[in-house]
Amino acid sequence: MSLMKSFLGAAASLALSAGATLAEPALVFDLGGKFDKSFNEAAFNGATRWAAETGESFREVELQSEAQREQALRRFAEAGLNPIVMAGFSFGSSLETVAPDFPDTKFVIIDMVVDQPNVRSVVFNEHEGSYLVGMMAAKASQTGTVGFIGGMDIPLIRKFACGYVQGVKAVNPEATVIQNMTGTTPAAWNDPVKGGELTKAQISQGADVVYAAAGGTGVGVLQTAADEDILSIGVDSNQNYLHPGKVLTSMMKRVDNAVYEAFSAGVDVETGFNVMGLANDGVSVAIDEFNEPLITDEMTAAVEEATAKIVSGEITVHDYMSDDSCPVM
Amino acid sequence: MDFLTIIQILDSTVRLATPLLLACLAGLFSERAGIFDIGLEGKMLAAAFLSAAVAAATGSVWLGFLAGVGASITLALIHGLASITFRGDQLISGVAINFLAAGLTVIVGQSWFGLGGRTPSLSGDARFNPLEWPLAETLADIPVAGPLYAELISGHSILVYVALLAVPTSWYILFRTRFGLRLRAVGENPGAVDTAGISVVRLRFTAVIICGLLCGIAGAYLATGLAAGFVKEMTAGRGFIALAALIFAKWRPWHALYACLLFGFLEAIGNRYQSIEFAGFILPVQFMQALPYILTVVILAGFVGKAIPPRAGGAPYVKER
Repeated sequence: MSLMKSFLGAAASLALSAGATLAEPALVFDLGGKFDKSFNEAAFNGATRWAAETGESFREVELQSEAQREQALRRFAEAGLNPIVMAGFSFGSSLETVAPDFPDTKFVIIDMVVDQPNVRSVVFNEHEGSYLVGMMAAKASQTGTVGFIGGMDIPLIRKFACGYVQGVKAVNPEATVIQNMTGTTPAAWNDPVKGGELTKAQISQGADVVYAAAGGTGVGVLQTAADEDILSIGVDSNQNYLHPGKVLTSMMKRVDNAVYEAFSAGVDVETGFNVMGLANDGVSVAIDEFNEPLITDEMTAAVEEATAKIVSGEITVHDYMSDDSCPVM
Repeated sequence: MDFLTIIQILDSTVRLATPLLLACLAGLFSERAGIFDIGLEGKMLAAAFLSAAVAAATGSVWLGFLAGVGASITLALIHGLASITFRGDQLISGVAINFLAAGLTVIVGQSWFGLGGRTPSLSGDARFNPLEWPLAETLADIPVAGPLYAELISGHSILVYVALLAVPTSWYILFRTRFGLRLRAVGENPGAVDTAGISVVRLRFTAVIICGLLCGIAGAYLATGLAAGFVKEMTAGRGFIALAALIFAKWRPWHALYACLLFGFLEAIGNRYQSIEFAGFILPVQFMQALPYILTVVILAGFVGKAIPPRAGGAPYVKER
């Protein structure tokens, strides 16, 4: 009997501990949606990679409106999901209020810093990646004029722009960079028509390489660039395959790695501030079979040299968000 | 600003004004018949989705066009059914249509293509390609008139010309035909029309169907003419800007053209210049983007003439017994 009891006790404690460690992780997407071919899709890819490798499952939700942010976080936390990963800077204020209410749940926020003991904040050095694609754009440009099209006008997108301009100027100090933001509301992430129109406006001003950091709007930018026979640069995910031979490269922000790492660490995920830059493969330049013919040896050499120098600290790319200004603009 | 820049901005104006113009005329027909329609956005969105989806599936832009117009007319009939037959609130029905289209396009698109509510990129015959007018290449070298012809008049997709032709056609139908007179009367005083022995319900349904047709063309132009495929919420508020243009134009077709061209022009300027220096001041681009709305508010407040909507607008017609 006592043997039976100890067996039962052992089984129960095993079940309990299993329940604690096997808590499902959760992923909350931003308004751009899971399949935006860009930021959110990268997060989704990281999560599915984890699920495929471990054979475990995760929970996810796509938001439909701003009002659902806090609600989604609370529902997941109450359901015992752990860790809860959210993709997008817009979750900042919601997480600020939710995190203290669930001290035993770990939260991971991407693209934003939330200073709470149970939150891991992952930010990317987009300015470093943008610097590299800026260098490539300047080398690929025949006219000496390149373009940048941002989504919603927010400091994060200006950070992309600022890094890009610095990269362009590093190669060709005389180069002109035309910059446009699609809008000031979240609708700016999903307006391919306006993206195309902005691209045409930039082409008519002489731009022959256009860098789109604009979510769904970027689809229109890449399409118009391909139609008008100029080069474009994709963002966040590898977008080279969308128009083979017309997309110079993509500035990959390895959101997938961030999500994958968080999911792999599970409930033991380390909290605090985490920067993903060139040094730890947080950002990179996409080169594959679709854009290989466009990449010259000179470009590869320049990018490799700049990467090494940024990692070693010899080149410092100015971060727009550090002081809300850009020295080259 | 050189001549070529002006031509390019005007060219962009025409492209940007076209969906606004079609939606604005759509609203014009509906509201002149006494049916307020804030569902223009939803109808355009549904048409944009189905035109791109069918064009992607069949490879024919014209089949896509028909499907898109069909989707828009279906939604228009739902609006008609709710607000004419069942005498529901027209504004609520319009809002419902906007929500219905925003949700359905993404869900159907996701289960159809698995691309998150996006359709595959269209190419070749699955898109409305620009029409080159005869001799555009040869005449392009003539100063002033050459670029004007080659850049501004030639080289748009066929739907742009359809939209421009819709303006005089609408004017003729509304102001020079018996049908148009009755349509306008039904928006002002449906009781009088009914007394004359003409069916109010039938006239209003006709107006709503015309509205659906025009919204459908606008949506198809967005997805298969301007862009190459559907992206969720791709109308990005154009249906509401069209409503603003309609008020700005005081429910008149030619003025609708001018209003839409003005709104398109302001957007084109905003696209081209991030900030404009004007007489020593720097106008930020946000000001240019807000200008259409500011102008509409000014009109509504009665500073520049009065905008008086059709008198029977918004009220369902109840026949006395």
